[in-house]
Amino acid sequence: MNREIVVTGVGAVTPLGVGARTLYERWKAGESGIEDGQGAATDFDPTEHLTVKQVRRADRFSQFAMVASDEALEEAGWKDELPYEADRVATLIGTGIGGIGTLEANHKVLLDKGPKAVSPLSIPLLMGNSASAAVSMRHGLRGHSFATLSACAAGAHAIGTAARMIQTGDADAVVTGGSEAALTPLATAAFAALDALSDKGISRPFDAERDGFVMGEGAAVLVLEDGERARKRGANILATLAGYGASSDSYHLTAPEKDGGGAIEAMKQALHDAGYGPQDVVYVNAHGTSTPLNDRAETVAIKKVLGDGVPVSSLKSSIGHLLGAAGAVEAVATILALRDRVAPPTLNYEHPDEGLDLDYVPNEARELDINGKKAVALSNAFGFGGHNAVLCLEVA
Amino acid sequence: MAATVTPEAVEKTVVEALPQFGVDESQISRDATFEALDVDSLDLAELSQIIEDEYGVQLKGDDVGKIKTVGDAIDLVVSRAG
Repeated sequence: MNREIVVTGVGAVTPLGVGARTLYERWKAGESGIEDGQGAATDFDPTEHLTVKQVRRADRFSQFAMVASDEALEEAGWKDELPYEADRVATLIGTGIGGIGTLEANHKVLLDKGPKAVSPLSIPLLMGNSASAAVSMRHGLRGHSFATLSACAAGAHAIGTAARMIQTGDADAVVTGGSEAALTPLATAAFAALDALSDKGISRPFDAERDGFVMGEGAAVLVLEDGERARKRGANILATLAGYGASSDSYHLTAPEKDGGGAIEAMKQALHDAGYGPQDVVYVNAHGTSTPLNDRAETVAIKKVLGDGVPVSSLKSSIGHLLGAAGAVEAVATILALRDRVAPPTLNYEHPDEGLDLDYVPNEARELDINGKKAVALSNAFGFGGHNAVLCLEVA
Repeated sequence: MAATVTPEAVEKTVVEALPQFGVDESQISRDATFEALDVDSLDLAELSQIIEDEYGVQLKGDDVGKIKTVGDAIDLVVSRAG
């Protein structure tokens, strides 16, 4: 990257609770946010964080994003005053589906009571950009704002695109991340119809008995700043977004290519962008969905780019698949893990699968033995449609 | 069947509806402006829907744009019903 991009604040709402540290610490401890086959953000009560009006004006996915953004901005030291001109701060929150809960509820109203009963708030709440809008309005951010929409790569795409906005000079800082609240009857039934979900309700990435993903919900938000400006204002720097890569499989609407496909190119690009080689990577936060196809193809891709010596683990083993939020939540968890010099575990890993022979950090967190090297990691996110986005994160 | 429109009935409907939008109940009076109550165009669209559902009185965008106070809204509904 031609200009250094730093992370100065992180926030999260996940099935492990409200808070980025809660997410990381609980994952590291091997705890699971999955109950009854779903990763619901059960600790999240919007009324604890938002006014009645704010709750009514936001779909659950926007509520998650707002609360995660509060945490991130507070950590960045932005709570009382923005350190930049408001029109130099962009907002970019990705989502896979947007406000599908609002859509489903109002479709039911339409069928049951007719068109006149449909809420005037339906569209403003369900539109995929509404989380970005809510975050922008909440904090008075007046720069570029829109959403990235690329299924399960949306959060990572948002973060990567946010970095590019700073690098091209369109913004001095970006509040970015991903959000999803799709534990709804339609979304659940539709993923089940695709045979994408685990029948057993167990998320066990890379395990021989993996049988699909477990749906989760939540959000993560990061404050990205131009490194020079952040240092000048004396910001506490959590991590550097050293590189970003993105590609398309151009292959199949839902399946990855068996030989690793576009994921390889995205990982290579992220490394190249960061100016690092395979030997510099000390940890990979895998997309690791627990589907038979992803975990095999991703293993192939990681081996082709990095070889087979690097520890690889999947947060989805603890919280399920947060779809459009996944890339952002995983980036936040990766940053905190790198700061702690720890590779968090892949939970529920018991049975090695033939050909899936990487070091998946089974069941217990492990210290990263990096002998004073910089802690550099890749965080992978791949989406239906063949969208691939990879972040290279670094902690000095 | 739509309910019979009386000023008292409409006032009751409006006063009961506004707190659902997050309005502080103690601030609601006929003279209170929607601006002071932080009731905006989206809230008024919802309020119009409630009024239409209950009384069969349709409030169009132009009408809603003119009303400033809770009393204006009640009077408008009553006059339209007449």
